[in-house]
Amino acid sequence: MDASTILSRLQFAFTISYHYLFPQLTMGLALLLVILKTLYLLRRDERYNTSARFWAKIFAIGFIVGVVTGIPMEFQFGTNWARFSTNAGEIIAQTLAMEGAFAFFLESTFLGIFLFGEQVFGQKMHLFSACMLWIGTWLSGGFIVATNAWMQHPVGYIIAPNGRFHISNFWAVLFNPWILAQYMHTMSGAVLTGSFFMTGLGAYYLLSKVHLDYGRIFVTLGVIVGLIASVIQLYPSGDLEGRQVADYQPSKLAAMEGLFSTEQGAGIVIIGQPDTANNRLDNPIIVPKVLSFLTYQRWNATVKGINAFPPDQRPDSIDLLYYSYHIMVGLGTFFIAITGLAFLLLWRKLLFQTRWMLWVLMLATPFPFIANTAGWFTTELGRQPWVVFGLMHTAQGSSTTLSSGNVLFTLIGFAGMYLLLGLLYVVLVVFEALRGPKTEEETTQETEEIAPQGA
Amino acid sequence: MPTLWFILVAFMLSMYVLLDGFDLGAGIIHLFVAKNNDERRMILQAIGPVWDGNEVWLIVAGGTLFFTFPLLYASSFSGFYLPLIIVLWLLMLRGVAIELRSLIPSPVWSAFWDGLFFLGSALLAIFYGAALANVLRGVPLDQSGYFFEPLWTDWNPYSLTPGILDWYTVLIGLLSLTTLAMHGANYIAVKTENEVNARARRIARLAWVATIVLSVPSTIATFSVQPHIAASFISRPWGFIFPIIALIGLVGMGYNTIRQHDMGAFLSSGAFILGMLTSSAYGLYPLVLPAVHPANSLTIDNASASQYGLAVGLAWWIVAMILAAIYFILTYRLFRGKVRPAEAGGHY
Repeated sequence: MDASTILSRLQFAFTISYHYLFPQLTMGLALLLVILKTLYLLRRDERYNTSARFWAKIFAIGFIVGVVTGIPMEFQFGTNWARFSTNAGEIIAQTLAMEGAFAFFLESTFLGIFLFGEQVFGQKMHLFSACMLWIGTWLSGGFIVATNAWMQHPVGYIIAPNGRFHISNFWAVLFNPWILAQYMHTMSGAVLTGSFFMTGLGAYYLLSKVHLDYGRIFVTLGVIVGLIASVIQLYPSGDLEGRQVADYQPSKLAAMEGLFSTEQGAGIVIIGQPDTANNRLDNPIIVPKVLSFLTYQRWNATVKGINAFPPDQRPDSIDLLYYSYHIMVGLGTFFIAITGLAFLLLWRKLLFQTRWMLWVLMLATPFPFIANTAGWFTTELGRQPWVVFGLMHTAQGSSTTLSSGNVLFTLIGFAGMYLLLGLLYVVLVVFEALRGPKTEEETTQETEEIAPQGA
Repeated sequence: MPTLWFILVAFMLSMYVLLDGFDLGAGIIHLFVAKNNDERRMILQAIGPVWDGNEVWLIVAGGTLFFTFPLLYASSFSGFYLPLIIVLWLLMLRGVAIELRSLIPSPVWSAFWDGLFFLGSALLAIFYGAALANVLRGVPLDQSGYFFEPLWTDWNPYSLTPGILDWYTVLIGLLSLTTLAMHGANYIAVKTENEVNARARRIARLAWVATIVLSVPSTIATFSVQPHIAASFISRPWGFIFPIIALIGLVGMGYNTIRQHDMGAFLSSGAFILGMLTSSAYGLYPLVLPAVHPANSLTIDNASASQYGLAVGLAWWIVAMILAAIYFILTYRLFRGKVRPAEAGGHY
């Protein structure tokens, strides 16, 4: 792989990992906004509406960063991966274009109505626009997962003599069997991020004894939704994904589990550091036979190791892939444990007084971001060395006319730009979080106080 | 089928320029039209509910181009690598500037974003013009259908190794700047009253004069740089309808300005943009990306996707466009009328 291709991979990995920090939050918050608006209309308690208005602001800041960092993703297929785009564009760009046409128009329309239209169009329209916004964000996620699914598990295509993939069955591509488990896993991961974010801020309010009413609403809603999402992550979505990988991508499975040689009754690695030069795991803690059972439901089933694959079909970053997977699984377990415990305390009406638990919930806020990122690292590194699994090598997909100097230039530019965006995002969210939820009268009062200076 | 998609992609790109064009234009002129914080917020309120949706046209047009003409997408995006990535950065800064300027009530904070909103909008207008000019002039495609253009080489559009910027592409970039400034000023005039409205009208007039002055050399240069365009119009003369639309737009703009009819002026500048873009597309057809060595040019036939891919794409595309039209009408109806001076608690 030449320097230009490696830098293009780095740039794509960096820009997509960074981008996805925002959609995972907004897809999660979109659902929570619908719940808050519905609770308001059912119970007519003004605090739910004030909460919804507050989270809409946090949502909007994340949404805008998600939009502006999302545009480079579509562009980069053409700029840095010209040969892949030429060969596969007819298929993967169907779903990419559908995302724009079906989801983005919907989102942009109803985001406008949701943010600007509460007073003008009334509560029912406001709830309706929240629902449409939620559908839009989740539809968008669906088309992206569908696009990725074709790269993981190509279906509905024919290969022309010149190497180009032509679409031969549109419905097969759109309803690729790969999508179901991946979509469930991705969406409940996003809900996890949104609910931990809400819980974390609520816990902060309770711990610092400000906005107590809202702190309780945020923690209650966040913990309940977070528990449901954590469980779905493990079962059925995680379980389905694992079997799917075992069936179709055994090289990914072997590398993510750190299994170097094929074993009958393979054990599952809890801890250990891969040593790829010597094909072994250092300092391992292994539970015997569990990997075989989880994969094939038989304790003595044979699981293929990395060495069973020819070198040009093995993932090329086994170490990172192994760690990504283990970080994701470790954090997933941790999420079930803390949301489960917090739910018990909530049920016994003890949670709001249990300060150590509130501390844990507050400090857990960033971890779903890490788990989601690690999960996508697992999926994508495990797809290597292929850009289209089993059909086209990543090294054959890059743009031939790009010099490494030009790619490095833009990579540095993206790094600088995204550092600025990240700082802005943190400043603004902290600013909003410290201001806290405000009813309409409070907002009007505040604006009047600062008006002389602001004008 | 490829011809149909050529028209549809040209339609989507035109929609993008028409719609995002007026909010880009608003960014170009806002420093001169809006003099204080309340007026600046009014400008943002005027474009606030729609700019994001306008930009979606770029993404959808890009995605559609990608699956209908994969080789064209791959070739042009990798060949125009640097200017495209710079466009992305400008789009980011500009989007962030619109959304963040009023979130922290500090005059320094908003002044910074106002400046960036202007700079991003103006540079984008110039880059879009230069991009179109590159496509019209032709690029150094090789036999495999790929190329790479540095930002500039010898500033000569007749060169065998052209750069993104030369005197011709910069000229078209400036024409694009004045055109979008005119379009944006017309939009702001439609959406505002009193002093802001009066200033917007004055700037629209200035930009109109500048656009006329630049149009003449731009048109002559285009025919000289790309002989294929003249050949297209001579062999299929019904296409003269497109430059006539542009001309009507330009004249109508002057007429409506004198009558002080803001909506008429806005529609006229829209017609001018549409006429110019369709003339360009018509002149290029059946080429989609002319090469310095004509044999290497990409055409609608050698760059397009398979028959089945194009047909199945058309089916869902029609459904999507009907939905998009509904959203479009909904948004512009809900947010019609003049914007009021910034109200307390407003988003911008």
